[in-house]
Amino acid sequence: MTRLALYRALLILAAVAVLEILCLTGAIDPLTMQPPHQMAIDLVRLLASGKMNRAILQTVGNAAIACALAVVIGIGFGVVVHRLSAVRDTLDLVFSTYYALPTLAFYPLFIILFGLGPVPQIIMGFLQGVVAVIVSTLDGLDRVPRVLKKLAAAQRMSPLETALKITLPAAAPYLLTGAKLAVAYSIIGVIAAEFLMSQTGIGYQISFAYNNFDNATMYPLILLLVVFSIAVNGTLFRWERRMLRQRGLRA
Amino acid sequence: MTLTVHRTRNLVVLAAVIFVVWEGLFLYAGDNALKSPWQTFAFTGRLIGTEMFWQNFGETMTAFGLALAIAVGVGLSLGFWLGFHAPSGALFTPMLLAFASIPKVVLYPIVLLICGLGISAKVAFGAMHGIPPIALSTLGAIGTVRPVLLRLSRVMHFDSLETLHTIVVPAVLPEMMTGLRIGFSLTLIGTILGEMFASQQGLGYLLMTAIGLHNVDLIMSVTLVLAVLAIAASAVLLTIDRRLRRHF
Repeated sequence: MTRLALYRALLILAAVAVLEILCLTGAIDPLTMQPPHQMAIDLVRLLASGKMNRAILQTVGNAAIACALAVVIGIGFGVVVHRLSAVRDTLDLVFSTYYALPTLAFYPLFIILFGLGPVPQIIMGFLQGVVAVIVSTLDGLDRVPRVLKKLAAAQRMSPLETALKITLPAAAPYLLTGAKLAVAYSIIGVIAAEFLMSQTGIGYQISFAYNNFDNATMYPLILLLVVFSIAVNGTLFRWERRMLRQRGLRA
Repeated sequence: MTLTVHRTRNLVVLAAVIFVVWEGLFLYAGDNALKSPWQTFAFTGRLIGTEMFWQNFGETMTAFGLALAIAVGVGLSLGFWLGFHAPSGALFTPMLLAFASIPKVVLYPIVLLICGLGISAKVAFGAMHGIPPIALSTLGAIGTVRPVLLRLSRVMHFDSLETLHTIVVPAVLPEMMTGLRIGFSLTLIGTILGEMFASQQGLGYLLMTAIGLHNVDLIMSVTLVLAVLAIAASAVLLTIDRRLRRHF
């Protein structure tokens, strides 16, 4: 495992080195791409200068709000719909085709409705995440073992007690999978919205730098976002795997 | 029979709900922000009668078709390669997963700088969205092929083409189809996204120009066309997907 990780690191290093050589020898035009070492230097400079703090806070804050809304509303909606089988049956059509929709095509409508503030971006992040949460909530509730429900009835638990002591713990792994997806999707939604049209945020800064041929800002920010999203997703992935393993759900 | 009736009823209920919500939003937000369903349908009818619409539609579909061909070709080859060559699989699968998790929209400026502002940028961007899900689901499907079947092919002295044809493809087809369905949708989304951010033609471009001009009619109509297109394609693929799963 560790040797594999070493090979992987060497491979990435080699790719970066090739890119560096291509850039330094001029095979890649400096207007197209900067050499990787320059990107790293620029990134440190950019972060140290504090110019991007506001944009970073804005993006992370909006994504956090969108994600929290998606998780809370998604789980609430999932719990309610789970009890109404007719509604669930109808909504199944929506759930199964939802992620085929270019959600971003609706972004202009939200800008018209809510103005160019943070609200449309939060809505985009929320819309990306919420359906994944609903679907995994339904999935989790479907899989609560029947014997546990019987136990709750035998113990004469109140509905609230049943939810807190039986249903929630039993469905927890699936709810966590939903939450994991919500984190990843809401980040994508918020950044894509910022990128298309907004006034702040990292996505906006990248798009702004691109329009001004400002490679010294654009590439470091892209690097930052790529590293950030890989780190977040990698952490969540590992955390989920550990949770599932503890419950014996996946070897 | 009852299933079809059931499904039709669900569809009708859903359409009615969407219609009511849309009309409600229209009444709440007013003529300046939204158009009513009727107005949008009427404008869409006029829009699809114009040559300008079909030009943009054709451009989007050409880009999408090319992107899809690349995504399917590269995605399937990558999936089969990483699935069957264990060392490569162990080495590259985490990298593929990492790439899949990046919000690809931030990479679009790089694609633009490399490809220029033509159709090739859109094609590359669409393919970038489609490749990871296709490759990952093919890879996952190959992991679930029962080893006894592969041993069988060795006992029968099948060559690799025969093994692929008689053992592997039938075994991975249902799950591969799911990956292709998701890849199809994501490639379409990627192509349109590329057009929205920077391009000179296509439905996504039309949408962004409409925002610039605050042409609410056009915004609503293009959004409607894109949504109907995506839903129709996804519904067809979902039906094929489900049928395949029932078969195997």
